Amino acid sequence: MIDIKDLTIEKASEMLKKGEVTSVDLTVACLKNIEARNKELNVFLEVFGDVLEQAKKADEIIKSGEAKKLTGIPIAIKDNILIIGRKVSAGSKMLENYVASYDAFVIKKLKEAGAVLIGRTNMDEFAMGSSTENSAYGPVKNPIDLTRVPGGSSGGSAAAVASGMCFGALGSDTGGSIRQPASFCGIVGMKPSYDVVSRSGVMAMASSLDQIGPFAKTSEDAKTIFDCIVGKDEMDSTSVVIEGRTFSTSIIGVPREWLKEGVDKEILENFEKSLEKLEKAGYKIKDISLPYSKYALAAYYILMPAEVSTNLSRLDGVRYGLRKEGENVFDTYKKSRSAGFGAETRRRIILGTYVLSHGYYDAYYNKAWKVRHAIEKEFENIFKEVNFVATPTTPTPAFKFGEKSDPLQMYLSDIFTVLANIAGTPTISVPSGFSSAGLPTGIQFTGPLFADESLFAIEKDLRENK
Amino acid sequence: MQIEDIEKLAELAKIELTDCEKQDLLRELDSILGYVKQVESVDVSDVELEYKNRNVWREDKIKNREFSREEIIEQFPDAQDGFVKVKKIL
Repeated sequence: MIDIKDLTIEKASEMLKKGEVTSVDLTVACLKNIEARNKELNVFLEVFGDVLEQAKKADEIIKSGEAKKLTGIPIAIKDNILIIGRKVSAGSKMLENYVASYDAFVIKKLKEAGAVLIGRTNMDEFAMGSSTENSAYGPVKNPIDLTRVPGGSSGGSAAAVASGMCFGALGSDTGGSIRQPASFCGIVGMKPSYDVVSRSGVMAMASSLDQIGPFAKTSEDAKTIFDCIVGKDEMDSTSVVIEGRTFSTSIIGVPREWLKEGVDKEILENFEKSLEKLEKAGYKIKDISLPYSKYALAAYYILMPAEVSTNLSRLDGVRYGLRKEGENVFDTYKKSRSAGFGAETRRRIILGTYVLSHGYYDAYYNKAWKVRHAIEKEFENIFKEVNFVATPTTPTPAFKFGEKSDPLQMYLSDIFTVLANIAGTPTISVPSGFSSAGLPTGIQFTGPLFADESLFAIEKDLRENK
Repeated sequence: MQIEDIEKLAELAKIELTDCEKQDLLRELDSILGYVKQVESVDVSDVELEYKNRNVWREDKIKNREFSREEIIEQFPDAQDGFVKVKKIL
């Protein structure tokens, strides 16, 4: 049996082409790891029954010499991305038995590439959370320390890659939901620029912030998945093409004013060590100031719930999803929504309803949009001086279950990640080392809008300059 | 914010809450709003409110899409003759 724990997509793809291994071998190895650990980790909500058939098909493509880089590679899919004919629940009781009626754009792309879709991964309900504790199907455990959260909301996808249950995974990132779990599980996670990966077929949470992106062991692998799913799609009216743009990659800006308080000491040490390594690799490090950006989290927790409350109004028990019969039509809406939605989802719907309500709209929603514009401008300007902005991905390593039972405390853990969603910029989280307790720590790099491709080289430079 | 405000919002959002949930939400919303209120203090007087995303129109021609009509119909919680059945509104 082949050991795939440290096997990259890059290497596996070469081995497949040389005939040293088959897609069935790789898939069986993933299934073994799932069998061994899924019960304790609760990563997969479903492992697809036809994975071996998918792998056999991929092996035929490889034999015919038509293989692409992802042909035959087992990839896990977050449970809010639609695959035709398969269940997709967004971690919610509301959609427990919902079956997708079409393929998401990113799924079409993966299928065209011949990837093996291995299963759907557990997540915070409707992608709302930073720990997977909001999943209606129980939390995912961090494979590195079972007493700790894997991060969220794409915690299942991160844990699946980190525990060798797949080679790469897709997640969605509205305020850090790819990068934070990648950091907590010690892998690479990337949120593309807004608009460059089609959102067609990902369940809308907050449409002006949502993006689909890859999880992988290395940035080369993350790039392989990104290159596969990127592209213009007429089903997403915001979708754009980024080919043909070039960006400089030599100066890294660091907003040190943000790191003065509230950041774990070991996270900071690993952050500084990573910057030193990059300096040795030829990057210039420059102190920068981003005065508006410190309001990103406040603006985020106004704009996001506003969009959530609107987007989730479609779940009323009429056309699909859970229905609980009431006396009249409104009663049925209420009963269905109350039975289907968990506590955090309700909280954000109520919060969103409040900030959008008459009398508060200007003070909250419109003001938050203005702050967002100011932050976008601030980023445009800073990228005239530097090529990347670096911060730790999270203020602390993976926390324990139940540690952040107060919602505001949980929200504050997104302090560094939400900025990229507010500004729309591409951002990658890569491992920066471990804490003394052996927990992974992460560092994230943000580039200018559409500089997605330029983010992937940094992790390699970091890895090779020890 | 008062309990009545929470009740009003829950009514608008079509969500039923127990008394205990109302109390919890009141406390949590107070704390969250206390935090997000800091946007009030930001001086953005020179920032224009603009929404960059625009609708992108396509030609008004029929195009075949890949989707499953059967899967859509099967999702209907209540159906008759292939149509979704809704409760009386008036």
